[in-house]
Amino acid sequence: MMAEPRIPNPGPAADTARPVYEISRVSKTYARNTLTALSDVHLTIQKGEFVSVIGASGCGKSTLLKIMAGLMPPTTGRVVLNGRPVTGPRPDIGMMFQQATLLPWKTTIENILLPIEMREGRAAAREAVGRAEDLLQLVGLGAFGQAYPGELSGGMAQRASICRMLVTDPAMLLLDEPFSALDELTRDFMNMELQRICMERGATAFLVTHSLAEAVILSDRILVMQARPGRVVEDVAIDLPRPRTLDMINTARFGEIVGHIRDLLGKEAFQ
Amino acid sequence: MSDLSAGTPEDTVWVEHEAFIDRIPRWVAMTALFVIVVGIWDLVTRLGWVSNIILPTPGETLEDLIFVGANLIAGGYMFEALWTTTLTVIYGFLIALAIGFSLGLLVGETKFGERAVMPYLVAIDTMPKVAFAPLFIAWLGFDIASKVALAAFIATFPIVVSTAAGLYAASENERMLFKSMGATRLQTLFRLKLPTGLPYLFTGLKIAAVGVMAGAITGEFLGGGKGFGALIRQSASQLDTPRVFALILYLSLLGLALYFTVVWAQRRLVFWNKSDRPGGIG
Repeated sequence: MMAEPRIPNPGPAADTARPVYEISRVSKTYARNTLTALSDVHLTIQKGEFVSVIGASGCGKSTLLKIMAGLMPPTTGRVVLNGRPVTGPRPDIGMMFQQATLLPWKTTIENILLPIEMREGRAAAREAVGRAEDLLQLVGLGAFGQAYPGELSGGMAQRASICRMLVTDPAMLLLDEPFSALDELTRDFMNMELQRICMERGATAFLVTHSLAEAVILSDRILVMQARPGRVVEDVAIDLPRPRTLDMINTARFGEIVGHIRDLLGKEAFQ
Repeated sequence: MSDLSAGTPEDTVWVEHEAFIDRIPRWVAMTALFVIVVGIWDLVTRLGWVSNIILPTPGETLEDLIFVGANLIAGGYMFEALWTTTLTVIYGFLIALAIGFSLGLLVGETKFGERAVMPYLVAIDTMPKVAFAPLFIAWLGFDIASKVALAAFIATFPIVVSTAAGLYAASENERMLFKSMGATRLQTLFRLKLPTGLPYLFTGLKIAAVGVMAGAITGEFLGGGKGFGALIRQSASQLDTPRVFALILYLSLLGLALYFTVVWAQRRLVFWNKSDRPGGIG
């Protein structure tokens, strides 16, 4: 881990960290139905930043995430992570999905070690068992390493999938609506856990979400997207102090930010 | 406050009520049903409502059951016939597994298989496969080979379909996860798609286990030889109905043994899938 102290309130001026992700002029057209999923997206993410993207269904936010993850090539544009262009899946990108997607025939710890097993083989995975156990401790699942996913609750399974994402110590976390399948109470709790883990590790994260409150409570910046063609209409900086707490949802500032973003999203809905 | 004393209509709560017949233990219910059916059978034959040639009494059937059982245990000619049929069934099942699994991989893993091979398989599958029996006999003779071929032919199709369906079973998110981990095509196949598809494959294997028995016996009916099927046909032509009954019962043990071998393998290999009830269809 780098010993770099995390800036509590990283405004654009205060942030002296280097960019991790640089995305320029990215667009994506699906040839068959000439649908423009993404049009001219520019985005720079600094080290340690938490950036969310929010928008209605079909605004291209999932397409953007897949392009950033190297799961899908863009039609035009450039995606650079840590100075190297992204041309396919990379070990320095960690991903989390809507569902925990743990393999039911593997124990929790074997699931967490899966990314290492895939890239470096079984021997490397065995050597990393200690690291996986530390991660389980970090998310409060210390006693569940030998349990099978069928024995875990929804929230526990998502915590295990956080460990799987972190086990390769990725430079970038890509989160695709990670808690949307959970109930609201669990979801609030998991969001606070995610903040704690990101702050402890100084992680850089990119979150796709449908939830305004979730985006505001977690993010340093929120990209508001609109559809047809999919594009970023505003890059909203969130100036709430860190660490964020669930109480902040009741503050006036939180309400203002949510209202502002809702207006941006609403314009599209009434068109 | 507590003016609702016990026993008044107001005190009645709505509770789930299970019918008496649903509360009988399983083994009692099964035994009772057996006794009732055999009792009716006994009555019908004793009173002479049905000719003995068409339906023997339970007593006659039991006698023959014991006779055939003794012959089987002593390793007599019936044991040899049963052994021949057992071998036919095992060979047929293994050949069906090998061919069906390979074709299933081809159909489920490659675009060519899905687009070009599958339509032909569907076309052949809709044909009455027993009708191919004379061909197999013409090609392979009256020995065990023609019966094995027919049994395997019938059992192959459910295995192809279930293997291919199993390969499609992994979710979009799981595929994306493997892609994001940089998994190769073979890694995705062996670490994700095949394990995810195992429950589907076993459903096909259970159907195949039933089909392979039907194929083997049909082959022996039509092609003669030394199997149990030939024995049944011979007894039937001699109007020895109790013997036919006894032979069919012992034959069903072979089918059950094969079926439960598959179920046992499934429970060992698909230990994580608790939705599958032991012994259940599917």
